[in-house]
Order: sequence, then C-alpha cells, then structure tokens
Amino acid sequence: MATRATPLDPRPLQSEARIITAEPYYEPVSSEIALFEAAYASALPVLLKGPTGCGKTRFIEHMAWRLKRPLVTVSCHDDLTAGDLVGRYLITNNETVWIDGPLARAVRAGAICYLDEVVEARRDTTVVIHPLADDRRILPMEKRGELLQAPPEFLLAMSYNPGYQSVLKELKQSTRQRFVAIEFEYPEAALEQVIIRKESGTDAGTAAALVQLAQMTRNLKGNGLDEGASTRLLVHAAKLIARGIPAPAACHGAIAEALSDDPEMLRAIDEFTASVF
Amino acid sequence: MTAQLNAKELREKLDYLLGPVLSSRRSAMPLAEAIAVFDRPSQDFMLHWIEVIDRSNYEMAYQFAAAAPAALAHFDTARAEAWIIHAMDVYDRDGLHHGTQALRQFETFVRQTSEARAATFAEHARVLELFVCGLAGRRLKLDTAADAGTDTETLFLPPRIALFPDKADNLAVYRILATLLWAQGRHGTWQADLETACAAYADPARAIGLLARLEGLRLEARVARTFPGSARTMTRLRGHAPDPRCAELAATDASVADSLKLLERLYDDTDPPEAPWHFSLQTKAATVRAARLKRERSEFAAALADLVRQQVPPEKTATAAENRFSIDTAASSDGEGHREFELRLDGRPLAPSQPLAQLVDSILQDLGEIPDDYMRASGDAGHAEKEDAVADSGEEAPLAAKFDSSVRFYNEWDFRRKHYRKDWCTLRETDVEPVDNGFVESVLDRYRPQIAQLKRSFEAMRGEDRLLKRQAAGDDIDFDALVEGYADLKAGMELPERLLTRRHKAERNLAVLFMVDMSGSTKGWVNDAEREALVMLCEALEVLGDRYAIYGFSGVTRQRCQIYRIKRFDDAYDDTVRRRIAGIAPKDYTRMGAAIRHLSTVLNGVEARTKLLVTLSDGKPDDYSDHYRGEYGIEDTRQALIEAHHAGIKPFCITIDHEARDYLPHLYGPVNWTLVDNVERLPLKVADIYRRLTT
Repeated sequence: MATRATPLDPRPLQSEARIITAEPYYEPVSSEIALFEAAYASALPVLLKGPTGCGKTRFIEHMAWRLKRPLVTVSCHDDLTAGDLVGRYLITNNETVWIDGPLARAVRAGAICYLDEVVEARRDTTVVIHPLADDRRILPMEKRGELLQAPPEFLLAMSYNPGYQSVLKELKQSTRQRFVAIEFEYPEAALEQVIIRKESGTDAGTAAALVQLAQMTRNLKGNGLDEGASTRLLVHAAKLIARGIPAPAACHGAIAEALSDDPEMLRAIDEFTASVF
Repeated sequence: MTAQLNAKELREKLDYLLGPVLSSRRSAMPLAEAIAVFDRPSQDFMLHWIEVIDRSNYEMAYQFAAAAPAALAHFDTARAEAWIIHAMDVYDRDGLHHGTQALRQFETFVRQTSEARAATFAEHARVLELFVCGLAGRRLKLDTAADAGTDTETLFLPPRIALFPDKADNLAVYRILATLLWAQGRHGTWQADLETACAAYADPARAIGLLARLEGLRLEARVARTFPGSARTMTRLRGHAPDPRCAELAATDASVADSLKLLERLYDDTDPPEAPWHFSLQTKAATVRAARLKRERSEFAAALADLVRQQVPPEKTATAAENRFSIDTAASSDGEGHREFELRLDGRPLAPSQPLAQLVDSILQDLGEIPDDYMRASGDAGHAEKEDAVADSGEEAPLAAKFDSSVRFYNEWDFRRKHYRKDWCTLRETDVEPVDNGFVESVLDRYRPQIAQLKRSFEAMRGEDRLLKRQAAGDDIDFDALVEGYADLKAGMELPERLLTRRHKAERNLAVLFMVDMSGSTKGWVNDAEREALVMLCEALEVLGDRYAIYGFSGVTRQRCQIYRIKRFDDAYDDTVRRRIAGIAPKDYTRMGAAIRHLSTVLNGVEARTKLLVTLSDGKPDDYSDHYRGEYGIEDTRQALIEAHHAGIKPFCITIDHEARDYLPHLYGPVNWTLVDNVERLPLKVADIYRRLTT
C-alpha cells in the first residue's frame, strides 16, 4: 500500500458523527483485537500502554472501523482542563450558551473517545474521567448540574507511555486501575519488516536493514537516548527511501535527527546507518 | 612595523626567561642567533610562547626555543600553535621526557597532520562508544592501545588511524575494528582455549598472530552477513583479493574450531594478507573471561535465589531443595547470533528481570549455553565472591572505600595557551562526616524569630492556583466582567473582549545547587556564618518545596580536588543532613574550576526548567603550589562558568570578599553576584538573596 487511504471521511462533519469507512491498516501482534472487542462488549474502558510510534493510535482507528463506531480523538496537552473535555459556557447574543466538549459529545453519540497521551493533561481532567470509567459510566457536568449517562456503545480509551521517567507524568493508581490495559511493544523483527513494507512500499532488503538499525538505536535507550527509533520513524524513513532519497540521507533526516540533537549521538546513528545499508 | 630584534637583544630576553636552565655549557646565544633571522611578528610569536611554556616548565621552554626556528621555517603560526599545544598536552600527560620529544619531533607532527587526514580516537571516542553500545546492547569500555584487541570487557583501539587519504575512510576503519572486536565475544572466539592451542606450536607468538588473522577473516564474513553496509566498505577498503585458502571461514556455520584447523594447515605456509582492520588476540582475554564467568555465575545463583524468595511463600522455602530451575535456550529468528531463553521454576515459566536477562545474555555469549550446574539458587555465593574481590584488590580497597571510588577527571582552561588541559584535575566526592554537637539546634534557637519570618515570606512565594480574571481566553465566564460589560453595552459602548476567567498554576520548576567554599580561609567566624546561613536556608526552602542540593568544595592541587556532599537533590532535609551541615569544616584550597564543572554535571542530571548554581565564597580561586592563584585561576573559573551557562545553568555568587568588585563582575557578569559586607549578616541575607533571585 504505497499511499495510505484516508480512513476518515473528508466531509465536514463533527468527529462524533464520522465513521471510518476504509480499513486502517493494522497488523495484530498478539490477541489485542480480541481483548479490545471483549472489553468493548463488557463496557470496560481501555488503556493502551506503550512507547511512542508503536501503533497505539493506528490500533484505535482500526478498532473504531471494526466496531463501526465514530472515533473522537483528543490529543492531551499540559493546558487541557476538565472544561476543555466536558464543555463550557460561551457568550453569544447577550446570552450564555453551553457548548459540549469532545468528551460530552462522544458520550452523547455513543462514540469511542480516545484520550491520546492522557498524562500530559492537567490533573483535574482525571477527576471527570473517573465516574465515566467505572461501572457508573456517567459524565458529571458540574457547571450545568447534569449527569450524562453513557450509552452502551460508548467506550473510553486512553493511551499512556510508561517510558517517560518523569514522576510528574505517572498515571495515578486510582485512574489506571479502572482500565483494561493492553500493552504495546515494538513488533518483533519479522512483523515490523512486514509493516514497514506495507506502509511504505519499500523492498524487503530496505525493511530488514531499517529494523536492524532500529534495534541498535533501541539498545541505546537509557545510554544517551530517551527512546529508540519507533516503528513510525522507520516507516517515515522507508517512505523517503521509496521516493528515491539515498538511505543515509533518509535515515539521518527521518531517524537520527528525530531521536536526538546531540551531535555525537547523530554521528553514532549515522554510523549505524553506514553499517546496515 | 617594529624593527627586528638582533641577536644581542634576543639573548638578553632569553637569558631572563630561560635563566634557570642555562649554564656555562648551555648558552642562550645559539638560540638567539637562530631566532634573530626571523621577522618581528615571528620573533614575538616565539617569545610569547617561550614565556607561556616557561610557566609550566623551564626545560620545555628551552626545548621549544631550540626547536622553534626550524619549525617555523616549516609551517605558519596557526600550525605551529597546534604543534605547541600538542606537545604541551603530551607534557601534561606523560611528563618532561615525552614532552621534549614531542617538541623535537615536529616533523612527525607535520607529516601526521598534513599527509593523511587521520581519524583519532580522542575525536571519535564518544561516537564509537555509542556505536558499540548500540551493537552490544550494553556499555563496553573503549580504550587506546597500539594494537587493536579486546580482553572481552574493554575494546582497545589504536589512538589514531591514518591509513587512507580520506578522513571518513579512516573513521570507517575504526567502526569496522570496533564491530570485529565486539564480534569476538558475540561469535565465540573465546569459547576455545586459544592460548593452550597456540602453545603447541614451535613459535606460539607466530601461531597466535596467524590465528588472529584467520579469526579476523571469519568474523569479517559473519559481520558482512549482518551489516551489508560494513561489508561494502570492507570490500572497498581491503585493497587485496580474498585469500582462496581461507574461503571455508566464510561459511555460515564457521566457528573458532575451523580457524584452529586452518591454522594447522597454514602454519608452515605464507600468511594471508593483512587487512587494514587487523587486530591481535589478547591472551589475557582468557583470564578476564574466566574472572567474569566466575563472577557472573555467582551473580546468577544469587539472582535465582532472589527469584525463589519472590516466587515461593516463606513457609515453603525451608524445603528449597524442591525448587528446580530449568532453562531452555534457542537461537532467535533474527539470525544474528542472539539467543532467546525461557526460565522455568518447577516447570512454571518465569519473567526474568532486566538485569537477569542481561546476565543470561552475557553468559550465553561466553559459553553458548547455560550449563546445568548453573541452575542452582544460592544466596551465599555472591557474598563469598565479593569478599574475594575485596581481598584481591589489596591496597586499592581502603582508598576506594574512602572515596566511594567516584574519581572523575575534568579539563582545565589554560588562558595563556587558550586551550584546555585535558583531564587535568582529579576530583573525588565524599560525604561530610556528620557531627553531633548541637550546632543546628543552637542556630534554630538563636534565630527563632528570624526563621519564623523567613518561613512566612517563603510561604507567600509558593506556587499556587490563582484565578485570573478578565482574560481574553479562559475556561469560564467572569460574571463580574460580563455584568459590567453588559452595562457598558446597554450604554452604547462596545462589549469588552476580556470576559473569561482562567486558572493559572504558578509552578516553581527550579532546582538549585549551593556550592559552599570549604577552603582553609573560611576558618572561624566565616565558617560559622556559612553553616548558620545554610541552616536558615534549608528551613526556608523546606517551606517552599524547591529542589535543592548542597555541596562543599576544597582540595589541594589538581590531583586532589574534593567535593563534599552535604545534601544531594534526592536527600531529605533530615537529621543526617543537619549533622553534616554542623560538620562542615575548613579544609584546604579553592580550585573552583573543577568544582564548578563537576557540580554543573550534577545539576544537569536534574530535570528542571530553571537551574541555579549558587556559590558561597570568601575570596578568589586559589590553590597550593602551582600557578592557579591569580589570573590563571580566575580565567579557568570564568571558563567553567561559561560552560555551565552554555549548559543552561544560571550561576550566581554570594561573597564576603571586599575585593570582589575587582574580579566577580568578570566571572559572573555585572549582576549575578552580591557582596554581603558584614559576615554576621550572612545567615540572614542568604535566604533573602535566594528569594529575590527566584521571584
């Protein structure tokens, strides 16, 4: 698949009304699809754990397509407050008007609400998630004095990267223990090669070399790198190579510079590239 | 242009500069005559450097004066400066004899720097280290040696490679050498007893040399299969056709046994050609490997014992004999020689911890399997081993124990050379001995009202949620503003835009490291004031919740720079820390550069948006018996502060030295220091200054 089909319908719709129509490419690593489907059927929220770029977001897109539910994705950032999720009053025509936030809209529509990198959000956001994530399945809308009951189709999912070593970015026990956790790792070598080839249309030799390069950078995790090269970075590099960029330049731009700013580390990664290509 | 100096004038200058090493048999006249023929700028250049080198060593300066005329005939001043710095580095590292040799052999220096674009180990050490770590999955030590080789724990690489005119190719040889040396361990070179095997030949040295070449060929083939890029580079740079007699070593399953068999056949024949990346086999590798096997075996047994403790309820451990470990290993599918393993206890699979997995990997690399007799848990083996290790290391042990074995080396800036002296200062970290003398209690007692006041003012600084009103963007409506705005609207004015409220959390994301002068000059009331200041500071900072650390510094000469730990970032402000503050005592001198460089590293290990390095000092940088006193020390300290600044650290200095105005602006900049002119006021001022600094 040289170019990825747009999984989202391009019509200007609210995201909770969008259904993904084309199958997003996803290669299962173990039983995660069955696990997710069982959790969905039991109305249990799901936590996707794993390093960046290993396929968490793609997986949730794939599952939304599979379950034929709209997908509302909220990328969490450190200024994201409970109000941003639930909703707020705005002023129009000398009146205050309530506008639902993405989480409330997802609940009303019975969509899958995916909070990406939830630890980045402010602590008060977890408070609104809690009643929604246990068997009550309600979203308290404090400012309106309303309790929104989630329909059975609604699913709360969030992603979390345990690799950050900052204490500030740890998920609290009270939050994490409400979720069914699915752990994602970088796929093993053979599978990762398949993924790279499918996503970028590159040849087997290039895919194999990229996976080997990734392995070497992952060996440096904690020894100068915070994270090794993710599958996503490998796909980026492979796409550049497939367009005729020479491998050393493609890997330098898509992998080395993406991983580090340290000039010596960049040179070390370039040496890896020189070894495997 | 100023006129050329004649031989007589030059002789006068040289007599003055080189006096101590001149004698009746060694006059300055021949030097002066040789220098006299140069134009004035060149003469000035030589005289300048004679004067600079003089401060390190008179003999070096004399040798330079002797070599300089010939050298300057060869190259321009920039190249000459590189040569001088090189020679002085050699002198710093290896002493006078090597230093004077380096000065005399300027021709070698010229050849090495111009003819081949050499790659040097020093220049690429960190890149190679990272490269090897990426290969091996763990850190391996790298070092230099004339012959490349490995004892299986350290990879030894030549200090410089200048085989090819292109610098990139020389670096590629480094990379290939590092890969091959790593491959020795990975692909089982040491699984056979090479020393014994070679001892059987008439000339064991020749046998081991030839074997190294054969193993080189075998590993080249192995590496080539995994690393196509390196394979291409090797083909391009090898410079000769592969020897057909050694073709069998390229087979997929060729092992060290095949190399040994081929050695038998080729021993009386001609040697296969030498590759640019040839290495020697180090016979001591066997000993290192044996020691490592012994150590890892006991570590492995201890790790298994830990697993038993975790897995088996305590009441059952009495019958520990029942616990049977088993391990299955299989070559992994990546074809790279990695092996995967599954560990079982009484048939149940276990998830091994990361260290245990690394240990197993290391043993597998050495032995190719985990022997059955390894599979017994034992908690004691490790202890016995550790005691052995202490006994073996002999006199090193007390020293190591005393100093935590945390010896570090730091560069020092020589402003005259305008270059660093590499690894010039030896620095050790030790804890301050806690003292129980009621000092802290008495301070708390004496300053009770002041401390209470400090705490109140620090409380006010604590980052707390604030509700910002009348914001253009925010989470909620500011109804006060809205009502007002609505009234304005009714009155015919425009509705204002700022109608929202926003929660603002003022986060104090900062880490501060206090660097306390513990030099001999602080003896008496200065030391008391410093300690009192620290107690009050800690009391105040505990309220604030900022992350802080306190270290003392002192030392004698560059060989013994000392950092005294009082409170690390992770330490709580507890009784031990209080007793350590009480234990701060005047020690020796103040070689500040090394201390700043070390503490900058410590501070950089902390994640914080703002990093402060606050120095409490009583005077200029100073050290015993070398030239650190004066301009040299000030310039080195300045350089260290500039380095800290580049690393994102904000340095600040609190001093009681009345002459501080003369040099502190030069060191810290016009505003980043403050003078407390009354020592008695120091305890009260320090916390106050800190508050001003961080709001």
